[in-house]
Amino acid sequence: MKPADFDFVAKLVRERSGLVLTPDKAYLVESRLGPVARKEGIPSLDDLVSSLRLRTHSPLVDAVVDAMTTNETFFFRDKTPFELLENVIIPDLVAKKRGAPIKIWCAAASTGQEPYSIAMLVDSLGHKMGGCKVEILGTDISERCLEKAKAGIYTQFEVQRGLPVQYLMKHFKKEGENWKISDQVRSAVRYRSMNLLDDFRALGRFDVIFCRNVLIYFDAPTKKRILDRMATQVEPPGYLLMGAAETTLGITDVFKPVQNARGLYTVDPTKTGLTRAA
Amino acid sequence: MKSCLVVDDSRVIRKVARRILEDMDFQVNEAEDGQAALRKCQQEMPDAVLLDWNMPVMNGIDFLRELRSSPGGEAPVVVFCTTENDMSSIVEAMEAGANEYIMKPFDSEIVQSKFAEVGLI
Repeated sequence: MKPADFDFVAKLVRERSGLVLTPDKAYLVESRLGPVARKEGIPSLDDLVSSLRLRTHSPLVDAVVDAMTTNETFFFRDKTPFELLENVIIPDLVAKKRGAPIKIWCAAASTGQEPYSIAMLVDSLGHKMGGCKVEILGTDISERCLEKAKAGIYTQFEVQRGLPVQYLMKHFKKEGENWKISDQVRSAVRYRSMNLLDDFRALGRFDVIFCRNVLIYFDAPTKKRILDRMATQVEPPGYLLMGAAETTLGITDVFKPVQNARGLYTVDPTKTGLTRAA
Repeated sequence: MKSCLVVDDSRVIRKVARRILEDMDFQVNEAEDGQAALRKCQQEMPDAVLLDWNMPVMNGIDFLRELRSSPGGEAPVVVFCTTENDMSSIVEAMEAGANEYIMKPFDSEIVQSKFAEVGLI
């Protein structure tokens, strides 16, 4: 790919999604755009970029952005966030919400493994939920991922990555070579297409936001803008869960780390002006 | 160092499993069928068993039932690793006393995930 073409694609992807593509990612861009060109019947990457420059084919731009997103995910990924949800967050919220629903937002739901893991965990907690219902929203920029998430159908490989066999037995059934999640778990999660660069106030307010391993692809000013806007979307204490290698420190002070709980943050109402709704 | 007995009639599978488990710091022993595995367990009970289902002489499910009813046989963590990938087989294995279940083909990531799930790593 010519440097000028790479620069054009990198700028386009950044404008549309916030994802930062540095020149060392040129090989990645080429390897991911090749299948897009083939699928669209475009003979070469040069021609693909020419088509993008004309901007006459908006779905092509969407397909390029979609191809450049990283969708790595698996059930109960990293375990710790789910242990924190079970042992710290839910007990606190059950005590504070007094029967009102607990609202959870998975901000980069990808193909659905994270929100479904939360739904299965909540199902297993039984009386510990104190009668509280949980509403889970999964959003992602990738329509392709959301379609798979909504279908709830996973390969044998996918159901063996992080998913305990007891959950497989309880919540899945085999369909051909694949495994389909139960209607009960599937119906516990709503999905919606969402670009984190866009205004997400219409999503409403949440008690917990899972935003793991997504902000690493953004530059610092974009991370700050997203986190600051997320802080206004949470109901204090407003929990935020980030990836094990991520932090809000040095980026924004609207979220403060919870002691002895790596990756867990609560909103600082003094920085956002938020108070708990009556 | 924890020990794992790999029970599979395929020499290739045993070799692949050995490499994965040794990379996970396990001391690995091998058996080519359920009866040979029982003898090894009587000599020294392993911490874990990675167990195939379909084998000559004694299959995996019969081995597991024998193991669980023998003295000390409740201790090893048993992870099935088999081409049997239907729900009824999974249920049968878990009711017989398995702790986790891997459907072949497998790779190191799946073995690590399942061993972590049952507290072996």
